[in-house]
Amino acid sequence: MHRYVLGRLLGAIPTLFLIITLSFFLIRIAPGGPFDLERPLEAKVMENLSKIYHLNEPLWKQYLLYLQSIARLDFGPSFYFRDFSINELFAESLPISMQLGLSALALALVVGGIFGVIAALRQNRGTDYAVMAAATLGVTVPNFVVAPLLTLSLGVWLGWLPVGGWNNGAFVNAVLPVVTLALPQIAVVARLTRGSMIEALRSNHVRTARAYGLTKWLVIVVHALRGAILPVVSYLGPAAAALLTGSVVVETIFGIPGIGRYFVQGALNRDYTLVMGTVVVVACFVILFNLLVDLIYAVLDPRVRYD
Amino acid sequence: MMKSLRVTALATALMAATSLSAMAEMVYHRGNSADPETLDQHKTSTVYEAHILRDLYEGLVAYSADGQIIPGTATEWTVSDDGKVYTFKLRPEAKWSNGDPVVAGDFVYSLKRIMNPETGAKYASVLYPILNAEAVNKGEKPGDELGVKAIDDHTLEITLGAPTPFFVDLLAHQTGLPVHPASVDKFGSDFVKPENMVTNGAYTLAEFVPNDHIKAVKNANYYDAADVKIDSVYYYPTEDRGAALRRFQAGELDTNNDAPTEQVEFMKTELGDQFRVAPYLGTYYYAVNMKDENLAKREVRQALSMTIDREFLADEIWGSTMVAGYSLVPPGIGNYGEPAYADYKDMSMIDREEKAIELMKQAGFGPDKPLKLTINYNTSENHKNTAVALADMWKPLGVEIELINTDTKTHYAMLRDKGDFDLARAGWIGDYSDPQNFLFLVESDNVGFNYANYANPDYDKIMDEAAGTVDLEKRAEILKSAEKIFMDDLPFIPMMYYGSMNLVSDKVSGFEDNLLNVHPTRWISIAE
Amino acid sequence: MTTLSSAPVPDKALARGRSLWDDARDRLLANRAAMASLFVLVAITLVSIIGPMLSPHPFDKVYRDYVKVPASLSAYPAEDQIQPGFEAVLKRARVTIESFERVGDEVRARVSSRREIDPRITRYFERSDLFVDPQLVDWSADKTAATLTANVNFVHFYFGTDSNGRDMMTRTFIAGRVSLTIGLLATVVAITIGVIYGATSGYLGGRVDQVMMRVVDILYSLPFIFFVIMLVVFFGRNFVLMFIAVGAVEWLDMARIVRGQTLTIKRQEYVQAAEAMGVSDGGILRRHIIPNTLGPVVVYMTLLVPKVILLESFLSFLGLGVQEPMTSWGVLISEGARNMQGAFWMLIFPAIFLTSTLFALNFIGDGLRDALDPKDR
Repeated sequence: MHRYVLGRLLGAIPTLFLIITLSFFLIRIAPGGPFDLERPLEAKVMENLSKIYHLNEPLWKQYLLYLQSIARLDFGPSFYFRDFSINELFAESLPISMQLGLSALALALVVGGIFGVIAALRQNRGTDYAVMAAATLGVTVPNFVVAPLLTLSLGVWLGWLPVGGWNNGAFVNAVLPVVTLALPQIAVVARLTRGSMIEALRSNHVRTARAYGLTKWLVIVVHALRGAILPVVSYLGPAAAALLTGSVVVETIFGIPGIGRYFVQGALNRDYTLVMGTVVVVACFVILFNLLVDLIYAVLDPRVRYD
Repeated sequence: MMKSLRVTALATALMAATSLSAMAEMVYHRGNSADPETLDQHKTSTVYEAHILRDLYEGLVAYSADGQIIPGTATEWTVSDDGKVYTFKLRPEAKWSNGDPVVAGDFVYSLKRIMNPETGAKYASVLYPILNAEAVNKGEKPGDELGVKAIDDHTLEITLGAPTPFFVDLLAHQTGLPVHPASVDKFGSDFVKPENMVTNGAYTLAEFVPNDHIKAVKNANYYDAADVKIDSVYYYPTEDRGAALRRFQAGELDTNNDAPTEQVEFMKTELGDQFRVAPYLGTYYYAVNMKDENLAKREVRQALSMTIDREFLADEIWGSTMVAGYSLVPPGIGNYGEPAYADYKDMSMIDREEKAIELMKQAGFGPDKPLKLTINYNTSENHKNTAVALADMWKPLGVEIELINTDTKTHYAMLRDKGDFDLARAGWIGDYSDPQNFLFLVESDNVGFNYANYANPDYDKIMDEAAGTVDLEKRAEILKSAEKIFMDDLPFIPMMYYGSMNLVSDKVSGFEDNLLNVHPTRWISIAE
Repeated sequence: MTTLSSAPVPDKALARGRSLWDDARDRLLANRAAMASLFVLVAITLVSIIGPMLSPHPFDKVYRDYVKVPASLSAYPAEDQIQPGFEAVLKRARVTIESFERVGDEVRARVSSRREIDPRITRYFERSDLFVDPQLVDWSADKTAATLTANVNFVHFYFGTDSNGRDMMTRTFIAGRVSLTIGLLATVVAITIGVIYGATSGYLGGRVDQVMMRVVDILYSLPFIFFVIMLVVFFGRNFVLMFIAVGAVEWLDMARIVRGQTLTIKRQEYVQAAEAMGVSDGGILRRHIIPNTLGPVVVYMTLLVPKVILLESFLSFLGLGVQEPMTSWGVLISEGARNMQGAFWMLIFPAIFLTSTLFALNFIGDGLRDALDPKDR
């Protein structure tokens, strides 16, 4: 097991290297550069700026320079936020996005799981339809509609919750963003749980367990749910990686200083180092969570073995 | 249920806490459309950076609440008879936030720093009228040859290359703000960090959390500190204008320097006087690609311009936050008078349309032989709506429009590279109140801004003549004849004059509408 | 673990001469929620296809006099708008109004001017969206006064109009065409690639599996926005490109899920039995693995279509694919969300269409899942 994990982690290095290489050159193909503004710069100024950021070097040299600095875990200076290095930006924003993402994930798992189990137990009955309809609503309404609706109703009209801002992570400021982030996930988790739960309830080991006279809830929780959770886990790997690395829409609408906004800000500002930084962080999360998913699989499903 | 109760309780507690602390000090929550790229004044170029920097630093001159130039660190100045030598008297009581006196040498240091090519200042060109500034900035001359000199600690002499009547206005731009030499030397580019920054304005930097807020607190060493009412000011980067409106409605923002144009009607009815629109020093236009053989025909450009129902664009599409514009230079600008309006300004739409159809026929186009054009615009709801409306207005001319939208960087990179476009949206906000700042856009040697590739030797000659004219009235006349040529040739099709939009709470006083849309925090106060 | 009852089912079904698909169809037909949803989906599809042809308003027609008017069952102009509207036009024509009367759909007014009245002023009425058939009659001798008659042009905007004065109903219909096409095609692309890739990877296992999953990881972490912007630059704006872009991104999740399922299924006795009997890898994949993953795949598919439709709005926002005056539900809804306070009809109608479609898809997906489940018989 340990060897397996170690092997996977070592295997991640070439993956990361490939990702860095690919995105480094992809970014440079996009039209426009970090210093193209509504007001064009004097040629000489442009030249000076390029010199400061090594943009005047040939591309391969810039690439080597970047590899060198990233090997030292230094993501370089930001082209847009010129008073900050990428490391400083991430140190500030990543924990915030992770905090929001984890809360949303927990909320989605609990609520979505409960919804899914209830729906499965009452398959094709009123409760099933009602619960699933409610869950479905979450995934059918885009977050750029949900977020303004929630802030308008609970923030502006009723005045119960703040409309925006992070306020150093105060609980009230986190409520609406977390709910907005969790809503579509609740729907997905509920659907996946319902689907596999129905399957699991019909499977032989659950039938056997019930035949042995184990109480209904014990069967559901210990036997059926254990098998039913596999597709959810499968889905959660990438979903968790995406949630923890922030959401552009939610962070922009609620004015939260998370890492999600940097990706789009970086892309739109052609802030090369910022985009590269976000790509690397997201990639690390994806790789890590996939490994985690595979390990959880092994724990939950005795038929899957890694040797 | 339990949860919502707890939340409410917490919210109440929090509000109580904030209102308690608010009693002790006056806090200003200020929405500012984006985060600054940097707080190094010499490297900035945008309006939202200027709002913050003007609070932190004070140049030789400053802005009053209504946007007029007033004495800043300099109490008075004299100009030599040839208009080339400016002598500034600095106030002896001016101090940096660490207690150091502000001396003439600080300004010499700062001006040399911004012109130093190694600084990489984006907007040094604003101060090019200073003697040798351009040469120094391009690395052709050493920094010592820059026309600035400290006569003594409180007397500064600036020599210009040529008389520039609006030079003092230029000094009010953020590029004219001084840096504290000792901290720049000590910390290098880190002098902008809150723990290192030393400022000479009404405020000093306390925190900068990107995408969250910037906090500035009152500078006790500021010479006018006694009259500064707000104790601390928070700037929030309000990128999403809809969200900013909601935060304003909920009372979380006291002011915001932008508003969602989509909801103008709603804001007018719901917010009343709190939604402010004022004339602004800017023009919204379409650049015409003169390299295109069809658009190179003057008749076509004239016909296109003539058929635009500018009142509809300004009032319906932009909800009256813009004003129909028939000239490149917006009215109300300094050193000018009435701009040279297009001659069809007062013609009825019907006559204009008829004449335009006639012009198109002369150029060889009509409903049976349509002219196919593309409009490029950068992604934005209002740019899109404007383009859609224009396509509809040009239909009677037999003009078929295809719309192409791209992100801002792609759009401007395309304009800069003189890419393959027919008509492209653009806009210009003046840096200072002078017609030259608009008319120089289409000079043939203005590589950066002359998106249209316009090259008219007569125009260039007139602009040169104006640059050498000291007499303001005569200069205005010359510039107006340049604008006249511009309006005949129409390398750009001006459509609207910008309006500035601000959301200003009833509690706020001292926030006065003005043409430059400058609102230094030192003049503002907030009632409880 | 597994007993005889479930393992050889597919083959038994064939032997009975009743295919898996016959059973599935019967079960689906019996599912009332799914059938109702199917009906809704078909209805929306039909409306999207036929609606724009039947609508009196072209989807790109700009009504300058009706910018952002609310949804209404009664016709525009409303009664109290006719006279002010008429006077406004006359003011633009710079003539003085002496009297105004209205008979049925016709309005007539005596107008005068200090100078001779230009007969071309009727054109102001032709340009107006409120009136048609303007005529100047009863000219006075010196041509400084005349009677102007015109018919009121009643039009309906059942869903209101947008910020350019275009009919929201027609635009919602035409947007349906775009969104449904993209949703369907991109999903098919994603599912096809995802299922084949995932099943192959999971079934072959070992080193092949590792390599294939690493490829997914790499693609997953690529900067999507740049991927898209690049496509625009290289290939220009192109509808087909959009399917490729979306499909190429969205199959990754699918591949993961199918692989997970396959890992489980391939340990089942019936697969091992087939292997022992010498059935080829391809045969096992086709006959056993892929059919058994269909349940989760169908569920996921119903989640993917909404995702694709919403993703499309993001792409249009960036400038790829749908360009004005064409539109899609995602685009209409994001515009509507910005107009939420003030012009809610711009949000509500496209949102109803999108939500109903997605709801219907979800219930159909559930129905399909239940129907296709090979164990459920």
